[in-house]
Amino acid sequence: MSFKNIGIVSYGVAVPRMRIKIGEIARVWGKDGEKISKGLNVKEKSVAAFDEDSCTLSVEAARIALEGLDASKLGAVYIGSESKPYAVKPTASIVADAIGASPYLTAADLEFACKAGTAGMQICFGMVASNMIDFGLAIGADTAQGRPADALEYSAGSGAGAFVIGREPIAELIDTCSFTTDTPDFWRRQHAEFPMHAGRFTGGPAYFKHIMGAAEHLFEKTGLKPTDFDYAVFHQPNGKFPLRVAKMLGFELDKVKQGLITPFIGNTYSASTPIGLASILDVVKPGQKVLAVSYGSGAGSDAFAFEATDKIESTRPRKSVFDLIEEDKVYVDYAVYAKHRRKLKSL
Amino acid sequence: MNQALPLIWRRNLERYQLKGCVCNSCGTAYFPLRKICPKCRSRGKLEQVIMPHGGKIVSYSCIHAAPSGFEVEAPYFVAIIELDNGARFLSQIVDSPNEKVKDGARVKLVFRKICEDGAEGAIAYGFKFKVV
Amino acid sequence: MTKFGEHWTSSFREMVVEAGAHAIRDAGIEGKDLEAIYGGCMASGRFIGQEHIGALLADQMGFNPLPSTRCEAACASGGVAFREGFISVASGMYDVVAVGGVEKMTDISTEDAALALGGAGDQEWELFNGATFPAIYALMARRHMIDYGTTEEQLAACAVKNHANALNNEFAQYHRKITIEDVMNSGYIAEPLKLLDCSPITDGAATVILCATEKAGEFSEKPVEIISSAQASDTLSLADRESLTSLKATRICADQVFKRAGITASQVDVAEVHDCFTIGEVMAIEDLGFFKKGEGGKASEDGETALNSKVSINTSGGLKACGHPVGATGVKQVVEACWQLRGEAKGRQVDEAEYALTHNVGGSGATAVVHLFKRGDRK
Repeated sequence: MSFKNIGIVSYGVAVPRMRIKIGEIARVWGKDGEKISKGLNVKEKSVAAFDEDSCTLSVEAARIALEGLDASKLGAVYIGSESKPYAVKPTASIVADAIGASPYLTAADLEFACKAGTAGMQICFGMVASNMIDFGLAIGADTAQGRPADALEYSAGSGAGAFVIGREPIAELIDTCSFTTDTPDFWRRQHAEFPMHAGRFTGGPAYFKHIMGAAEHLFEKTGLKPTDFDYAVFHQPNGKFPLRVAKMLGFELDKVKQGLITPFIGNTYSASTPIGLASILDVVKPGQKVLAVSYGSGAGSDAFAFEATDKIESTRPRKSVFDLIEEDKVYVDYAVYAKHRRKLKSL
Repeated sequence: MNQALPLIWRRNLERYQLKGCVCNSCGTAYFPLRKICPKCRSRGKLEQVIMPHGGKIVSYSCIHAAPSGFEVEAPYFVAIIELDNGARFLSQIVDSPNEKVKDGARVKLVFRKICEDGAEGAIAYGFKFKVV
Repeated sequence: MTKFGEHWTSSFREMVVEAGAHAIRDAGIEGKDLEAIYGGCMASGRFIGQEHIGALLADQMGFNPLPSTRCEAACASGGVAFREGFISVASGMYDVVAVGGVEKMTDISTEDAALALGGAGDQEWELFNGATFPAIYALMARRHMIDYGTTEEQLAACAVKNHANALNNEFAQYHRKITIEDVMNSGYIAEPLKLLDCSPITDGAATVILCATEKAGEFSEKPVEIISSAQASDTLSLADRESLTSLKATRICADQVFKRAGITASQVDVAEVHDCFTIGEVMAIEDLGFFKKGEGGKASEDGETALNSKVSINTSGGLKACGHPVGATGVKQVVEACWQLRGEAKGRQVDEAEYALTHNVGGSGATAVVHLFKRGDRK
């Protein structure tokens, strides 16, 4: 399969303004915040406001990605999320209307835990390569809930990363492949409010096995080695796992730093790998190669190898991901966080 | 109160895309959409256009006593926005430090939830503005 | 009129009859003299689930089969009903008509009442976005403060004066003296307007009987003359107006009404103006021509609108202290004007009142209706 001249045409990221520090959450549960923060390598996480959700964040990210582009040229919109505003009613059609892409396009919402966003990217790559569409929009967006007092409450953040896929890219797709098995490490049943997870089982047999599996398969397919890549980004449920898997694969930590955003905004689930990839695209130079490997519980990994083109320098969003994350941010306490995130029973 | 679904849906594209109109006879921009130009009436030539996404605050008020459905967000600002093409309308201001919400402040469009019909009802999305 | 207030034991219909009967007795007419009925009521459907108010008025007063018509213009429903009644007599269509205004607001929750009142604004583009009715007036207040330096204390002065006036109005909802400090400490509703800047939710009804001038002497010894009438409309939405600090509809009405009557604003002795919020009164006294644009706040603060000052504004207590049963207010304003011109406003009488003005506004200024009255010849 050749993806010559096909890749990422543009990108956009949206992160809510509010932050809550790990220490503030720990205070409520009587735990040692500093210890938890260090253990996770997460400082603080982003908090979606009462009037924000994965749909509004998707639209904000998409609008940045579509600056200077004609949205009516989009042939497909896929939104990957595990915190959809509606269980039944697609976010994708709302986004399509909001950005002016409707009505002549296909759209659907995807679920595959944290890799739903990259799954959408793969579908778009396939549709463009087969000439079914000229341009596709793939978004990973989440405002996932953390169960109060659970370990994941410290890291469950909110955000969205959007990519326009098509020809004449700023980052050409060299190849992509995936590694998928039925592994129940983390799930949420239909009517449950919060997910369940299998503790330490989410490590070895889940996260690491699938990321390694997809990455190594991609190296085989493409003949590329870790030393051929200038940057790498992995799914980042915390600030530690991606560093460990990078080491296991043979990447120097320097190459992973640019894409590591979880310490600052928490785990944005379906947006995690996308936002990390966007951060790399903010700095990558023409000719440099990028490895991106997502992970979604349940379980699977999508691996992508990109090479930045000449067009990258002139087609960047006005604000870099790190600028976006830092500017404007405002801290809230647990009570305000609980109010906005509807953790108060009557909300 | 139960939302009147078609009533809200009918204005979706206007609220999402900030779709207004311009009268090609007198040049006035209107948001929301009008069917008749108040200045030109039968001589008006209204054309639908997407409004600019930037503008400024012309007046503002911080609402403390919120109507039902908006209690959680109170206190919040509403403002009269004047877009760069002169169109004026009312909108909420979000994500802006209080001291930045003032006469003449530059604002930009954001996409947010406006309201919802309870936990099981439909969600209405639309425009709000944020001080830049 | 009925007393204005929270009438737990009095329903819409009972208030209609109380005010109606009072007016007929006062007018000295008999049932057979009446030819038509006009009723002002803003939102009976939302407040009590009842429409078809015209039919209800005629029925409850025992006036079937007279033609009976409801008028609606939000908070100007009463004033507009009065004008329709006036036109029907002035045109020669009828000689004697009754005009009533009624609103029963306290049977539903305060939140639902606020929602119903919001219908006075633009439902789709103001209310829908989370603006309340106070917020819309607050936006005008803010602009007025920026453009003219009007202060919150000056706005408060209007409320203080109106409460003082209401102390001597047995029909007023509130008989409570308040101070500037009370207003300043009453808590923000929508900045800069505070609780005591806002008129209350009220039940009430008011009725007047109109009669052709040449026949008035047959019924009453003290008729009051309606010397001119004007009504104007403006955009529904505040944002669409030419000005955020002036109600064009009021200015147009004032212009027309003084021209038609051949008098000037300075000749008006007493005026009931639309103070749904204190800023409403400040803008009204400017737009009606009693004070220059931008000086309404200072004039209020300096006592120039107090009882028997330069011009006595809202001697009834206004919407703020007398209460604001929406559809009734416009007619109540006429009742107060009549009492003033007849010398019957005990405790709050404007000395030698010869000309009175009523000013009723719908929504944030989308409708305005103004009437001028002259003291009739005393027999």
